[in-house]
Amino acid sequence: MLSKRVIPCLDVRDGKLTKGVKFLGNVDIGDPVETAQAYYEQGADEIVFYDITASSEGRGIMLKVVEKVASRIFIPFSVGGGISTVDDMRAVLLAGAEKVSVNSAAVKTPDIISQGAAAFGSQCVVVGMDVLRVGVSEQIPSGYEIVIHGGRKKMGLDAIEWAKTVEALGAGELCVNSIDADGTKEGYELNLTRLISEAVSIPVIASGGAGSPRHMLDALTEGKASAALIASIVHYGEYTVSQLKDYLHGEGVKTRMVW
Amino acid sequence: MLAILDYKAGNQTSVRRALDNLGIPCAITADPEALRAAAGVIFPGVGAAGQAMEELTSTGLDAVLRDIVRSGKPMLGICVGCQILLDYSAENDTQALGIVPGECAMFNRALTEEDGQPIRVPHMGWNSVKLVKECVLFDGIDPSAEFYFVHSYYPVPSPEFVLGTTFYGMEFCSLHGRPGLWAVQFHPEKSGRPGLKLLSNFAAYCGEVSNAQ
Repeated sequence: MLSKRVIPCLDVRDGKLTKGVKFLGNVDIGDPVETAQAYYEQGADEIVFYDITASSEGRGIMLKVVEKVASRIFIPFSVGGGISTVDDMRAVLLAGAEKVSVNSAAVKTPDIISQGAAAFGSQCVVVGMDVLRVGVSEQIPSGYEIVIHGGRKKMGLDAIEWAKTVEALGAGELCVNSIDADGTKEGYELNLTRLISEAVSIPVIASGGAGSPRHMLDALTEGKASAALIASIVHYGEYTVSQLKDYLHGEGVKTRMVW
Repeated sequence: MLAILDYKAGNQTSVRRALDNLGIPCAITADPEALRAAAGVIFPGVGAAGQAMEELTSTGLDAVLRDIVRSGKPMLGICVGCQILLDYSAENDTQALGIVPGECAMFNRALTEEDGQPIRVPHMGWNSVKLVKECVLFDGIDPSAEFYFVHSYYPVPSPEFVLGTTFYGMEFCSLHGRPGLWAVQFHPEKSGRPGLKLLSNFAAYCGEVSNAQ
């Protein structure tokens, strides 16, 4: 049986590790390569890098980071943030990433999903979805709406419908990030995670809100997610990745315990 | 020196990085002479079987691979490289290399996991390998170690070639071959220390065979 995955997420800006709350006020907190290696040693099952650099100059720095990471850690990792063309995807994959994550670009130009899947295989293409809880309406029957630009722009798309659409376009995995829960450390948006996990047959990564090991357990059981994305809970030394995995294992979740 | 077969397979660089980390000399190459001169050949692969076979046949590397195996040189197939050693793959209805008898089939989405949930395809993530026969590649590897898988099709070799199995909605063959010719469905280059150990075991085997000759 497949193990549930624990995935630290590293936000990178201009080559430095950073962490923000509700997409505001990011502060530099370390070196992404060193941090990724530390999480690898602690048993992380995969690592996600999210490049929040705005400039094209910074993008070159990110590719250097990806190359360094690829020569030092031997688990899969993905890179997202600002990927908007198949060429962007290729650059990241050639630098050594396993997967690329597209978010805003997929909403604006859904074809990038099918183009990426055709060029590199579905397993390479992760679609990140930023989701905001809104009132139930005719346009948004689930009450969950897709947003972009760090949650600032509503797109008039129902999150559940969008998840099915991107699966049909060839996405290999979904990373479902709740804007409401992100950075709160009050737990994942379990209802949203479960609704999407049940709506698609590709793996779903729960994202946003992890503040305790129990939250991860809930996302992987009640939320039916295949993986739990974590950030603050490990970045500030509150827990090590291995402590989190010990906890999940103890609670009966199938977890990779030898690394 | 190990040769990593270059046929635009996608993950040859990852394999090279893993061998570099282990201090194992290697080269990514499509040159038949370099392949024949190597102590062993790693046959990597990511992507679709059809495209992989097309690249191999159009470059004549299919014949080179058959030759290399016939000569007794150690070879390790990875993922698509594991699948297309067989006769046939249901992926793109592909006539494959026919080096190991058997074929490759697609996971049935109606299958369920041990917890009753329907399986998700591709089979993506960490899973264990249960050895059904002894295999030197697994020397020194904890039996509960897990490996990283990403695939929608799985190998079904002739039963005498099955060396290890994995459960994903059903028991499937994740390690096949015979001494000197192995194929793994998972990605040792992305499977942390147990994966690196498997690669170093392969390199050590190649070294022994090469010294004995």
